[in-house]
Amino acid sequence: MIVFLLRRLLGMAVVLLVMSFVVYGLIGLMPGDPIDLMVLSNPGMTAADADRLRALHGLDQPLIARYWRWLIAALNGDFGFSRVYARPVLDIVGPALWQTTKLVALTLAISSILAIALGIRSAIRPGGKFDTLISFVSFAGISIPSFWLALILILAFAVGLGWLPASGMGRPGEGGFWDSARYLILPVATLVIANLGGVTRYARSSMIETLRMDFIRTARAKGAREPRVVLRHAFPNALTSVITVIGVNFGTLFSGALITETMFAQRGLGKTIYDAILGNDFNLALVALLFATFATLIGNLLADIAYAWLDPRISVT
Amino acid sequence: MRSNRLESEPGPSRLASPLALEVDGLSVDFSSHEGNKRVVDGVSYAIARGQTLGVVGESGCGKSMTALALLGLVPKQGCVTGRISVSGQGLSEIAIDEWPEIRGKRIAMVFQEPMTALNPAMRIGDQIAEVLHLHEGLSWKEARERAVEELRLVGIPSPAERANAYPHQLSGGMRQRVVIAMALACRPDVLIADEPTTALDVTIQAQILELMQRLQDEIGMAVQFISHNLAVVSEIADDVIVMYAGQIVERASADELFSNPLHPYTQGLIATLPKIENRQDELPVIPGMVPRLDGTLKGCRFAGRCVKADSECHALIPVLRSISPGHDVACHKVRP
Ligand SMILES: Nc1ncnc2c1ncn2[C@@H]1O[C@H](COP(=O)(O)OP(=O)(O)O)[C@@H](O)[C@H]1O
Ligand code: SF4
Ligand SMILES: [Mg+2]
Repeated sequence: MIVFLLRRLLGMAVVLLVMSFVVYGLIGLMPGDPIDLMVLSNPGMTAADADRLRALHGLDQPLIARYWRWLIAALNGDFGFSRVYARPVLDIVGPALWQTTKLVALTLAISSILAIALGIRSAIRPGGKFDTLISFVSFAGISIPSFWLALILILAFAVGLGWLPASGMGRPGEGGFWDSARYLILPVATLVIANLGGVTRYARSSMIETLRMDFIRTARAKGAREPRVVLRHAFPNALTSVITVIGVNFGTLFSGALITETMFAQRGLGKTIYDAILGNDFNLALVALLFATFATLIGNLLADIAYAWLDPRISVT
Repeated sequence: MRSNRLESEPGPSRLASPLALEVDGLSVDFSSHEGNKRVVDGVSYAIARGQTLGVVGESGCGKSMTALALLGLVPKQGCVTGRISVSGQGLSEIAIDEWPEIRGKRIAMVFQEPMTALNPAMRIGDQIAEVLHLHEGLSWKEARERAVEELRLVGIPSPAERANAYPHQLSGGMRQRVVIAMALACRPDVLIADEPTTALDVTIQAQILELMQRLQDEIGMAVQFISHNLAVVSEIADDVIVMYAGQIVERASADELFSNPLHPYTQGLIATLPKIENRQDELPVIPGMVPRLDGTLKGCRFAGRCVKADSECHALIPVLRSISPGHDVACHKVRP
């Protein structure tokens, strides 16, 4: 287990390293650097001033050398300053990561539990009334684009009924828990609805498949009653493959969260990355992207660990 | 099972032993848009306590379906008719939600595939304990302790440690022992073994047969031993029924059937027995195909493949009748 974890963590480090280099390079190749922006916004600055500033910030050096300096600093915990916010990048990325993590974790928990419950119930009588209804609803959920769904939800619950805020995330330190939770409801609902259909259909088919297996017949032949057969025998076996799909979906869910939180004007990683790229906020965009990647990798790792833990046939060594 | 002691006993005392299982006119029908298909057709037999009935026939002749009917486990689309009773208690009338009380307690089953018959995500000790917990009202802890005893009974070495193993950590033979332990944990009246050794290699197969015989001597349950392999059945069974296309075509004691097979189908089965014993996974082959079972067929179901078939065979359905004491055959060409 420890060897497995070490190997996976090493792999993650390599991915992040390559990723940071590629993103650094891409941003470095983009036309215009921060000094050009300063020149634009300050007509009094001469070309000589600009060159002096470039030399000061090391921007006249080759890309590799600049990347190397950035990397050494980053490994020492110094991720640099955000140009737009004029604050350390971590001060901005930290809360944004927390915001996105809340959104993703809530969505994941709610949609997994719902999907598994609905999937099991559908699988008990495939083709029955419940199954037909759920199949239809899942299909609808999969087909509706999430930005459209977000708009509908805003129109219905924020504009129409006025129950929930349309966007934003409340001011920290103000109002109680419920006050800040209210802002999460619509984004989470959007993501859950968008995510639920796929996982439900998967949970259903994996339950149906499991219920056809020989050991289910053995369980019945033992005298186990149906609820026990379904929950104690079929469910744990079906769960392993559902967990895999949830793990595989994690990346999609994460990027979906980035889009959804932008729709709802929540300052999560998605909106941070988006604003940073538009504002040419070099450091911030890079670090936020790296943290988003890191979070996705951690999610996949957790799914793999859960999978190995649930299925005794998988040994992680 | 056969033992010298039983065979040397006179007939009447054997007849006097109480019947553990009685099956009377058992049929299983599947109806679909293509019409009705009767896969088990009016099967009747009985097994006394401590006795073993062998059921043989090519694959697809309805052996497993007969067994599943005894446990109320025929797939939903199937319709079961006929009478089944266990130690005198009729099962045909019981409600669906009473079946779980019978299964695993009065009638238990060992399946063909030890590799897939056990829950891969459950420790084997727990799988055995579950039966005891369900039927004997034992607490989980007591049930686990009994499970270890049951593992010891079926000859699993260091049972206390093995109880914590998952099925994939055991060999096929060991798994089949676990399945047997699970089936016998509640000391059922009837054990149905559906091709219990077919998936195992010859050495292991012999060990499992020996184990089943020993356990039958200890527990005294009736055994219905299903196999497509007549050689295996002749080793273990007291009496044998031969099934063809859902019907019983011949019934006799194992010795009689083997030394004096009368039905052309049984003769064919014996003729196609592999000479080398270790090729038991190869199915015996009699040329020709099993007819459709939709009820349109007139005459003998075996007529299309039978060398002795004549116009009578194609026109009239042969019924199972006694040819000599204890030997019944369903064939026009076999007369008392
Ligand atoms: N669900 C089902 N619907 C219709 N026919 C079935 C079904 N299951 C099995 N059968 C048929 O029942 C017959 C008997 O099968 P089975 O009892 O498994 O044979 P055996 O165990 O002797 O090999 C086969 O011809 C098979 O095609
Ligand atoms: S009744 Fe005729 S066809 Fe059928 S087994 Fe006997 S001889 Fe063959
Ligand atoms: Mg079979």
